[in-house]
Amino acid sequence: MSVGVTNLSVRLGSVLAVDDVTLATPPGQVTAVVGGDGAGKTTLLRAMVGRVAPSAGTIDVPEPRAIGYQPSSSGTWPDLTVDENLDFVGRMYGLSERRLRTRRDTLVERAGLVDARDRLASRLSGGMRTKLGFCMAMVHDPELLVLDEPSTGVDPVSRVELWRLLAESAADGTAVVLATTYMDEAERASFVMVLERGRSLLAGAPDDVVAASPGVVVATGHPQRPAFSWRHADAFREWWPLASPNGDAPVAVDLEDVAIVAALRAQNGVES
Amino acid sequence: MNAPLLAVNGLVKRFGATTAADDVTFVVEPGEVVGLLGANGAGKTTVIRMLLGLLRPDAGDARILGEAPSLRSRRALGYVPQDLGLYTELTVAENVHFTAQAYGCEPAALSGALGEVADRLVGRLPLGLQRRVAFVCALQHSPRALVLDEPTSGVDPLARARLWNTVREQADSGVGVLVTTHYIQEARQCDRLLLMSDGRVVGRGREQDIVGDTTAVVVHTPQWESAFRALDQRDVPVTVAGRDVRVIGVSADAVTTMLDEAGITADVVDVPATIGERMTVLARQPARSR
Repeated sequence: MSVGVTNLSVRLGSVLAVDDVTLATPPGQVTAVVGGDGAGKTTLLRAMVGRVAPSAGTIDVPEPRAIGYQPSSSGTWPDLTVDENLDFVGRMYGLSERRLRTRRDTLVERAGLVDARDRLASRLSGGMRTKLGFCMAMVHDPELLVLDEPSTGVDPVSRVELWRLLAESAADGTAVVLATTYMDEAERASFVMVLERGRSLLAGAPDDVVAASPGVVVATGHPQRPAFSWRHADAFREWWPLASPNGDAPVAVDLEDVAIVAALRAQNGVES
Repeated sequence: MNAPLLAVNGLVKRFGATTAADDVTFVVEPGEVVGLLGANGAGKTTVIRMLLGLLRPDAGDARILGEAPSLRSRRALGYVPQDLGLYTELTVAENVHFTAQAYGCEPAALSGALGEVADRLVGRLPLGLQRRVAFVCALQHSPRALVLDEPTSGVDPLARARLWNTVREQADSGVGVLVTTHYIQEARQCDRLLLMSDGRVVGRGREQDIVGDTTAVVVHTPQWESAFRALDQRDVPVTVAGRDVRVIGVSADAVTTMLDEAGITADVVDVPATIGERMTVLARQPARSR
């Protein structure tokens, strides 16, 4: 079946938190939803897992038992040990004791948590707690795995380990969707959607999104258009719709630059 | 000769059997932005706490404008902690006034978006605005040096760019900045970087100096899933990047051999590692004996 949302809108009180978003999240693929605080990432993810009702549009996801969800708070119970957290979630999903033991052992091993099995979740480092949250979302072997900012505040080493776990799930055919504020992380996904104020600002394979960015970005010491320039190390970057009139050579841009350009253009209501 | 803005010299701090900081030496000069990188537990926070005078070193010293950290020397310093250090039950204006009183300076004027939310409780604001309030509080006493702990965690690229506009303007006016980050885009905003691992400074310079000769291997194949599984089973650090598989700290030849043994044909290329991958390689080395 196709997995994803089509023309989805979600209204929370007076705020249109998700505004006409269409996003396919196919099995075997990691899809990243990027945006800052208040962009609508969490609401989009919560709509996908059935925790908030859509006001318009359709949501195509597997049945609830086949969905795994890690909230941004990691979803672990601080007063339970690693094993107890996994057992609790596993029993909630009705796993047989034998199946639960196998899944628990596999996941704890994969996540490098073997030596911490008897440790309370409150005593884990941020990176370890995130990995436990991931294991809890995966314990019933879901077809769709939805992770809300699993790597915020997690150090680069733990992030590499987390991506190994994500990739293992995707390689096994799981549809993986994650929200992140890190662009270098989004660049690792097969498909990325940048949200701003509930709307899709950019969407596509990361390389395609970068290639499709209009205009040029130049490095300059003396920007001429404050509305379209920003600091980058000891110089500025500046966006021009065609070419720089000063003949400044374009620089190679990454997803971060492209997202800044898209946000500046949207804010200034521009094609200029 | 003028003393450097911030200087740590041979700093050592032990917690029980752990040496959290081990002979750490660096300076931050006026007008430069220095990035302090490292995995959790590498010693970044310990060093910053000693620089702020919150922790006493076992050896070596920390200096702010040549003086030991004290209430007096701390006045030359603006600090934005990772959790922002704001009073969430006070309004934006109240936070600004309170900090101004603590430093004995005039409260900063709130303009633009911050002016519009001056009477709102800080705890009710989006994170991007809260971060801007924290910057105002840290800057209003015109410090000579700034210490920023993960300054743009959780905000979108444009908000991050705007916060960095502020940081770079401060540096232009002669303020020296020390910033910790886990974030590559932020590291690239710095004039130079320090990489800490296991309590020591193990790399200095620009991004390419920090990465050094560490390489990653990119595996391009129509069936990334099989290549990923084959390498994952060999217990090498492996992740994905789009539809490619990425392996860290193993040579391209070794990866090709592992794939051959699994009957998988693929394009295998050495590429420079990222800073995060360099840290992963460091973290996988056995802890050094003391």
